[in-house]
Amino acid sequence: MRSKTKQKMAKKEAKKLEYFTDWKYAPSPEATDHIRLQKQYELFINGKFVKPNSGKYFDTINPATEEKISSIAEANDKDVDTAVKAARGAYDKTWSKMPAKERAKYIYRIARLIQERARELSVIETMDGGKSIRESRDIDVPLAANHFFYYAGWADKLEYAFPNRHPKSLGVAGQVIPWNFPLLMAAWKIAPALATGNTVVLKPAETTSLTALKLAEIIQESGLPDGVVNIITGHGPVGASMVNHKDINKIAFTGSTNVGKWIQKAIAGTDKKLTLELGGKAANIIFEDAPINQAVEGIVNGIFFNQGHVCCAGSRLFVQESVADEVIRKLKDRLETLIVGDPLDKNTDIGAINSKMQLNKINEYLKIGVNDGAEMYQSSCSIPKKGFFVRPTLFLNTSQSHRISQEEIFGPVLAVQTFRTIEEVIEKANNIPYGLSAGVWTDKGSRIFNMTSKLRAGVVWANTYNKFDPTSPFGGYKESGFGREGGLHGLMPYLKF
Amino acid sequence: MAYDFRNSPTIDQVGIEERVARFNTRSIKKGSKVQALKLALNMIDLTTLEGKDTEGKVIQMCYKAMHPHIALPDLPTTAAVCVYPTMVKTAKDALKGSQVKVASVSTAFPSGNSTMQIKLLDTKFALDNGADEIDMVISRGEFLKGNYNFVFDEIAAIKDLTHKYNARLKVIFETGEISTLDNVRRASDIAIYAGADFIKTSTGKIGVAATMPVTLVMLDAIKDYYYKTGIMVGMKPAGGISTAKGALQYLVMLHETVGSAWLDNKWFRFGASSLANDLILQLEKEAKGVYYSKDYISVD
Repeated sequence: MRSKTKQKMAKKEAKKLEYFTDWKYAPSPEATDHIRLQKQYELFINGKFVKPNSGKYFDTINPATEEKISSIAEANDKDVDTAVKAARGAYDKTWSKMPAKERAKYIYRIARLIQERARELSVIETMDGGKSIRESRDIDVPLAANHFFYYAGWADKLEYAFPNRHPKSLGVAGQVIPWNFPLLMAAWKIAPALATGNTVVLKPAETTSLTALKLAEIIQESGLPDGVVNIITGHGPVGASMVNHKDINKIAFTGSTNVGKWIQKAIAGTDKKLTLELGGKAANIIFEDAPINQAVEGIVNGIFFNQGHVCCAGSRLFVQESVADEVIRKLKDRLETLIVGDPLDKNTDIGAINSKMQLNKINEYLKIGVNDGAEMYQSSCSIPKKGFFVRPTLFLNTSQSHRISQEEIFGPVLAVQTFRTIEEVIEKANNIPYGLSAGVWTDKGSRIFNMTSKLRAGVVWANTYNKFDPTSPFGGYKESGFGREGGLHGLMPYLKF
Repeated sequence: MAYDFRNSPTIDQVGIEERVARFNTRSIKKGSKVQALKLALNMIDLTTLEGKDTEGKVIQMCYKAMHPHIALPDLPTTAAVCVYPTMVKTAKDALKGSQVKVASVSTAFPSGNSTMQIKLLDTKFALDNGADEIDMVISRGEFLKGNYNFVFDEIAAIKDLTHKYNARLKVIFETGEISTLDNVRRASDIAIYAGADFIKTSTGKIGVAATMPVTLVMLDAIKDYYYKTGIMVGMKPAGGISTAKGALQYLVMLHETVGSAWLDNKWFRFGASSLANDLILQLEKEAKGVYYSKDYISVD
């Protein structure tokens, strides 16, 4: 049936490529039988797993099957206080006094343990968060280990990183991380904090607590002194309680711009240091002299990586009009070869949307886009009946004035605009409250440098997209936040001079 | 159609390599693996191109092409055998009554360093002896000098000849010699616009033969031409593909780049001599669950 309709379409538009074939990739699911998960997870405070003061637990589910995986402890103010006290105690008694090169050894050990348990961690990350196993296996987990390795190296070299500035640790860092890269964000936060001699209270997002709790097990196994890292789970109020806690010296938050604004207000007048890594609506700009076929890959990677749950996703595509038809035709064909489905299948390109809430939000934006008159194009792929899934989606003929071009959707939805001149595209790319990232595709080196200096974005990728490395700083302009994570710059938010 | 080959699209090597890495993470198992192994076997141009080739050697290889492995009787034949012009008649006789085509290299293969007159005679000799397909080489020296019109005209002249004989023309770039991916793309455009039925990576006579990045660039050129004209052009990576795993990766790339219409030996070939036996070994493994000794697989 499907092939018949497709053949009809092929007749109408003779030059369309056809990807339908009886040669299908057989299912190739990653094994889960080696995964040992507890029925219930506690809070990790002062080196031990302890029951929450509230006695309450909430379910964590697999977004691809909607089945419950485990129960997670819900912390309250008292637990936050206990965790902060543990962190303070560890800071005063051991961690701030320990020679830096000894600190480094623990961080190295954590990195190696992550590598040893990479397979387990990637499977759990995929089960709990819905991202494809290809990404958690090839990107999230190796990068998380690399962050620990990288910052372990800095621990005893801070004096050389900031010569004559006498860097000193801050004390207790409260860190709140999002659900899109659960383990990786924990690594981004914990590794530099430990390397600079701080202790940590970290709260993972409520939909994706499992790999952070597995990291807690790894931290236990590494022999890190009790209380240096505390991991407490729960919903928004737990984070709020951390932000408001009097004995925290530093807040590091990655998440939505609204929450970021609230945090900034909440800590106004205190001497807490703050880094915010917030939303984005990045411009991915394709010039006519770009390597078009590779640019199409870059567009796909820019918006469909991690189901579009990426703050730096290239969610606004700008294509120069002279190549717009070609790029869009190729992009439409490329969408047909993306495999959407079981995140545990090694061939899956696009996994499940992280939560019901996020799915509803994305679907709401699809409606808004259609109602506002943008032309919606979706891949013809089938999506599983159960679980939270969205077809990869393009909105063609959009303008800056469309809501779908202005607001962060955080899903596999790309708003496509065309442009004529370089001045026009710079103006439009910067015409947004966000400023986290951007992409530029051109064969001309001088144009790349021209663009990077004019785009108001923290990260600009040239002829590639969504590339991350521990040695490279990451962070935003404007309402995408401030402070840098990664690289030498990532040490600064955890130091005073 | 006027086309300035200096304006061929640029290629980003890093992007190409990343895309290839993605193809290579595809996991092909069970039924889809068996299907692909058979397809790959059916796409082979079983090749012998040596100074020491004899009629005896060619006859033996032709039998292998028709009967890849008697223990698995439902296997397809290879697509073609590929030989020197002097062996075309022998191969043609040996393959009589089968589906297997005879491809002949020509145009002073492998260097291509000869006069146009000799190249035409070389090709005509192969065609007169019954070659179904001609694998010509381009003049890499002229190409690297920027004489794109010269290269274009040479291909067009050979195409005129093969067209008269209703034979299909494969154009070999020797990508290891023209070196950059930008050059590979340009050579692809020249050959396609000059009338190539197939574009082919390598002669197999130098160190660097077919690679996936090079093949991807060529497939993109084929795709772009199809978008513009609706005309399909075939692809033949040759040399250096000796494992079943490697062949399946090529098929994944083929499928996800130009689509299902190309998953056929009319549009895709592997130029290879030892690949067939690894495909057979893997097919035996899938059929029987264990690896066989290679001594059970014939080596013609």
